[in-house]
This record gives sequence, C-alpha cells and structure tokens, in this order.
Amino acid sequence: MNWKTFLALLGRDAHVARRNFIPLLLQTFLQPMMFVFIFGRVMVSSGYMPAAYKSLLLPGIMAISMVFTGVWAVAMPLIAEFQFTREIEDRLLAPMEISWLAVEKVIFGTMQALLAGLVVIPAAWLLLRPGVDLNLHSPLTFACVTLLVALFSACGGLALGCSMNQAHIGLMFSMVLTPMIFFGCTYYPWSALAHFPILQKVVLINPLVYASEGLRGTLVPQFPHLPVAGVLIALTFFDALFLATGLRQFHRKAVS
Amino acid sequence: MPQNGSANRLPSKHFEDTPEDFGMLAGIRTRDLRKIYTSPPPMASGGGFGFGPARGKKNKQPKPEIVALDGLSLEISPGEIFGLLGPNGAGKSTTVGILTTRVRPTGGQAWIGDLDVWNEQVPVKRLIGVVQQRPNLDFALTAREILLFHGAYFGLDSQTRAERADALLDRFKLRDRADQMVRGFSGGMMQRLSIARAMMHDPQVLFLDEPSAGLDPQTRLLLWEIIREYNQRGKTILLTTHNMEEADTLCQRLAIIDHGRNIALGTPSDLKASVPGGYLLRLRFGQQSPELLQRLQALAGVREVRANDKDNNSADIYADRGGPLVSEIANLASSANLELCDVHISEPSLENLFLHHTGRSLRD
Repeated sequence: MNWKTFLALLGRDAHVARRNFIPLLLQTFLQPMMFVFIFGRVMVSSGYMPAAYKSLLLPGIMAISMVFTGVWAVAMPLIAEFQFTREIEDRLLAPMEISWLAVEKVIFGTMQALLAGLVVIPAAWLLLRPGVDLNLHSPLTFACVTLLVALFSACGGLALGCSMNQAHIGLMFSMVLTPMIFFGCTYYPWSALAHFPILQKVVLINPLVYASEGLRGTLVPQFPHLPVAGVLIALTFFDALFLATGLRQFHRKAVS
Repeated sequence: MPQNGSANRLPSKHFEDTPEDFGMLAGIRTRDLRKIYTSPPPMASGGGFGFGPARGKKNKQPKPEIVALDGLSLEISPGEIFGLLGPNGAGKSTTVGILTTRVRPTGGQAWIGDLDVWNEQVPVKRLIGVVQQRPNLDFALTAREILLFHGAYFGLDSQTRAERADALLDRFKLRDRADQMVRGFSGGMMQRLSIARAMMHDPQVLFLDEPSAGLDPQTRLLLWEIIREYNQRGKTILLTTHNMEEADTLCQRLAIIDHGRNIALGTPSDLKASVPGGYLLRLRFGQQSPELLQRLQALAGVREVRANDKDNNSADIYADRGGPLVSEIANLASSANLELCDVHISEPSLENLFLHHTGRSLRD
C-alpha cells in the first residue's frame, strides 16, 4: 500500500469537489429539503398529516440524502471516467495496486454521504421546528448506523458505476434508485406495511429499508422500528456484498 | 515558424538522472505473448477490433474469440527507440496494453527491465509512462493541475512537481493555456499535454500509442524532437504507428506486426533493403495472361513477379528500378495484345515491405 499515492488521489477528488461545491450542494440538498418542506411543513400545518410525522420523516430524508449522495458521488464519476473522458486510465497507472483506487473512490463517497446525512439533521430541524422530537439515546450506535449507511451507499455506487453503461444512466435512476426510495421505508416506518404482508417481506431485500429503520431506531426510537441489532447486521452484510461486487466489477472494467 | 530547439530544451536540472537511475535503465522483453479476447476488448486495448452482432437472442453459441496476439516475442534494448508498425487491429495496442499492466495476457510473459509486468505491477508502473491512443485527460482539472496531480500520484514533492510542470508546459508550448480547463483544448493540445503528463514522473520507459495521429506537421516535428531528446537521456521508447515517415525517421528499430505476429524486425534501412529490388510496381491489365507474367519476370532489374490472388488481372512487380521499366512493360503488353490499364510505382518504403510480407497494404 502506497500512502502518498492514495492521499494524492483523495486530494484530487477533494480539489474537484471544492471546485464544484455549489452545484454539488444544490444536487445534494435541494430535493430532500423540498420534500421536508412539503411533507413536513405544508402537509402538517394544513392538517393532512399529524404533527408527529415531522419526526418520523426526518430519519427517512436523512437516509435518502445519504444514499443518493453516496451513489451519485461514486457512480457518476466512474461512469464518466471509464467511458467518456477515460481519465481513470492515468490513475490506474499510478504506482499502487488498482483495488486501492476503488477503495479511494469508496472512502471519498462515504465522506460525502456522511456530510450529506449530518447536514440534513440541522437543516431539516430548522425547516420543521418546532415539533421535531429527536431522542439520541446512544450516540455510538447512531454513529455506527450512519457510518454503515454511508459506506453501503458508496459501495453501491462503486458496484453500479462499474456495471452500468453510459447509455443506461437514466435507467439506473428509474429502475434502481426510485423503487429503492419508495420501497425503502423512507416516508413511512416498516411496520406501516403490516397490511401488505408479502410486500413487507419483499422490501427486506432493499438495503435502504435498514438505513431508514436504523436511523429511525437511533434518532426517533419512540416510533416503531426494526431492531437496531438486526439493522446493524443487515447493513454490514450489504456493505460487504456491495464492496465485493464493486471491486470485482472494477477489475473487470480496468483490466481486459 | 522555426523550431528554436536548444533554447527550449527541458532544463536538465529538473530531470537529473542520478547514478541509481542509470543503474535502472530498463529495456522491454516479451516471450510468446498471446491474447485472446472473448468479449469486445474494452478501453485498455485501445479498440481496433471489429465484433459482429455477436450478442444473439439466446447466447448459447460459444463466445466470439478474437486472437489479438499470437505468440509475439520482442526484445527491446534499454535506450532504444523502437517502433511497432502495423495496420489497425494488428495487435499493437494490445501489446502496449499488456506491457503497461492494463491487459492480462492469455499466454506468454512480458518484462520491463527485470520485472515481470503481470506479477510485479506496482514497481513496473513506477518505471513506465504511457500515452494512450485516445486522449484521456482529466476534464475536471486545468492543464497545470493535470501535471501536478500526476506528479503527486508518483510521490514527487511539491517543489519538484511545480518545476517540472513549468518546464514541460514550456517545452510543449502550452504555457499560455496552462491555467485553463482542458475541456476546451484542441486535439493537438490534448495530445501534447498527454505526452507531457507521461514524462512528468520521468519514467525510464515511455510508451506512445500512435503519438502523432491527428497532429499538424509542425507539432509532429516538435514531438519528434522531444522524443529524441528524451531518448538521448538514456530512456527506452516504444511507439506504435502506422505512419511510414514516423517509423522511418524516428525509430532505431522496428517490428512489423500483422495478425498478432511479428513478421519482420530490424532497422528501417535493413527492413527496406530486405524488399527485393526496393521498387514496387502495381500493374493492372485488361485481362489475365500467365505468359505475360513470365515474360515480365525476364525483364532486366525485375526481382519478383506476383499475380494478385484477389484480382486475376493485376500483378505486383518488385524491381530495382521504377519508371524506366514502365515503357518496357507497356511494350511487352502490347506485343501480347493486352491492354495495360493501370500502373502504380512506389519507391523503396516500409509500405512496400509490409505489402511484400503480407500481400496487403498497410492502409487496407
């Protein structure tokens, strides 16, 4: 492992992210903030939603922001760099085992997802106050869940970015991310699916369910949620699965 | 505009070869290299192979196999400018891909210096600089940043990085665009910057895949000058080309590659001398006549007469003279009551050599 090279690669990504800061910010926060405003503010204050919905919504919005940011931050550059600019060829020739380049992408995506998640909390709180009832009983468990969520989104981005063709980016959003978000227990708790027993079982293959439920269980435990221990195990499993798949796909792209 | 050569040379203080560097002078060796693609070759091979509509509805039939390299052995000495010459799809880019860790060989071995390329990738990557056939610059960065970050990947300290980047930007005449994003660069500027980037970490071995494709003549001359200059510092250079002039003037030795095999090897002048006579006359007659071909063979200076397999009415004549033969050929044809429809004369060239070995033109 060559730390100088690894840090220089991280430095390059950070430099580019700094340069694109404003578009990156808008892309990350505009959609979740609009959701928070409409569902948490407009619908609640007009009486269509109970006031408690504000607190229920926040962890789901946080999960969406993190997953969307992590996937986007890793998958989009990879698709562009492998297929459009081919820029990655220069970094594949850097004096380092090429898997570390994929790991670097994952670490950078994880950091971006963490940042997106952690900024959503105060932003949504400001937008929704008063009436957001956060109960952070175990900061350590919350940190673990947040980290695992960020990691799974970045690893998912790696797997998607190395498997997707440039022509299929639109499909990736309509076929993968959109169903993931709507069946990801983001706008409702998993227990709300009790009336749809088959769907309730099927959505358990969706990693976003564990992200939303895990954040719900650690931020607003007063609402029904999946057991946090189970969530931690499931998230660890998805992290490992996506990382392994992503690394394999990355090698297939990088070496012919 | 004249080339002000020496004034613009890379200042050697930024690229000093320490004694250890000279100890590491590295050549290139391949032994019986084979590569078979079972899926369309991705970017690392630079493309160049055609795949038909292989993805059938039910993919039960065996995967299509493309033999890109078929037992290629090469030995390139340290400090040599070596050219791989061949038509598109001959296996040049695949060879470069294998030697630069980007393509896994199906069989055989490749070494840079004493290092086995596939098994010692990281130390190999320290020794090599690579310019790919297609530009692959970082569109999110400026020209200078591209050089600086490349230097950082190779662990150069920031002062060395800045000095080298300045020197290279000057040498490649990119100084005035140094702080602009490369998105708006012309093809020639991108190509120059790609080469500057490959030289940034001062590699012992430089790979250039079609370096002057798409460059204007003046830039091509600048590039050749820079390549020679780099070579004079003891560096090994492997370039691929299908440009005769480039192969002829720049390369100290050449391998002619076709269908993944090495079909001829030597200095440009040796190779050209190996073509019988040197001159090539491509003839087309009104109709076929084996007797005429026999009589052509008897003409003074004619070394070899070959009937064309595909087109029965035409023939290639290898001879030690060109123009003066035409009237004699025309006389022979008219005395045999045959019309001489077309004559094409080529002077001694690598093109003739390729044709002589393969029966095909390099441009086919």
